[in-house]
Amino acid sequence: MASLKDFRVRIASVKSTQRITSAMKMVAAAKLRRAQEEAIAARPYSEGMERMLGSLAESAAASGNAPPLLAGNGKDDTHLIVIMTTDRGLCGGFNGAIGRWTRQRILSLKAEGKEVKLLIVGRKGRGILRAEFGDMIIDTLEDTARPAPRFETAAEIAQRVRTMFETGKFDVCTIVYNKFISALTQDVTPQQLIPFALPETDEAKDDDNEVKGNAAYEYEPNEKDILTDLLPRNLSVQIFRAMLESFASEQGARMTAMDSATRNAGEMIDRLTIEYNRTRQAAITTELIEIISGAEAL
Amino acid sequence: MTDNAVQFELVSPEKLLLSEDVEMVVVPGAEGDFGCLPGHAPMISTVRPGVIHVFEGGSVKTRIFVAGGFAEVTTSRCTVLAEEAVPLDEIDRTSVEKDLQDANEDIRDAGGNEVQLALAEARVATARAKLAAIDNLVYQ
Repeated sequence: MASLKDFRVRIASVKSTQRITSAMKMVAAAKLRRAQEEAIAARPYSEGMERMLGSLAESAAASGNAPPLLAGNGKDDTHLIVIMTTDRGLCGGFNGAIGRWTRQRILSLKAEGKEVKLLIVGRKGRGILRAEFGDMIIDTLEDTARPAPRFETAAEIAQRVRTMFETGKFDVCTIVYNKFISALTQDVTPQQLIPFALPETDEAKDDDNEVKGNAAYEYEPNEKDILTDLLPRNLSVQIFRAMLESFASEQGARMTAMDSATRNAGEMIDRLTIEYNRTRQAAITTELIEIISGAEAL
Repeated sequence: MTDNAVQFELVSPEKLLLSEDVEMVVVPGAEGDFGCLPGHAPMISTVRPGVIHVFEGGSVKTRIFVAGGFAEVTTSRCTVLAEEAVPLDEIDRTSVEKDLQDANEDIRDAGGNEVQLALAEARVATARAKLAAIDNLVYQ
């Protein structure tokens, strides 16, 4: 049986763990608020871009001269998957969920006989996928969201992806990230970047209607030139948005994970304290019995 | 919104920078500056690095430098998606010159790295446009 000292040591150790987890929870909560604000602040830009892209894509498709970034290069043999994960752990099932999705996706693409390449953002994603798919990983980008996601970083990733596309290193590019639903829930969301597919949301449909109602736009210089400029830009914006969403989700996931860790530590402390007291009382009782029986023997 | 005002919005990837009703804005379009007054025909245009002029009461109220982007104009609205936007009077000449020099060095150092090269070239173009904007003030 454990001695009283063992109990005291264990209780002290669980208490210090609890202090750490509850501090991490507070930090994650503060970061989450900021991350959410940033994600909301970035919305007008991507909405504006989607609105323009929607009307441009329609007229470009009609005239049949859409650039490769929009229409694809006609092939579907090599897939690039950009995976958004975190640099640090202790955030619950966040990275595991992304890892599972990616694994299934890779296996189903392999089954169709396609080639797969992976570009991983975040140290944790590499750890998850290296063992099984190490030979597919092109590169891992680390510390992209420190202290917070920046547009320049997204633009660099986009530039890299675009260069690879233009030199024929892949045909289809998908990004997968945790979409922020609430502090408690994240949703693994894949989005196709190249060829770019406009997300089919209700908002987008509303905007389309508005555009049609507003009559056609004039384009300066012309659809094709604007699209050539707009599409690479849109790539950066989409990646930036994924980074923001992923960052907010990470903070949410960490907050939830640390909250339950703190609660578990509390429960463990209670249990240990009860057992500690019981043992202490048992020791006292034993001592008393010894004294009494000693006295009786005299 | 009044009938004789344009709802002008300036947006950067990070946030909405400016949203106000103005008399007229002049945007540096890819094929030349264009002014947006209420009732302008719907248009989408690319924006070259240059200065956006916001007019109030017949004269320039604010000058904002943008490093390129896109503009969407409707009859009542003018939305500019800018890559980088700074009020012109906040641009410091010496720091821009230093930036230009740095970017030029980056181009030399880039070697075969296409990604670095493209990024550095974009920086050179922006810095040049900034200098040009400071030197030649147009409109009063």
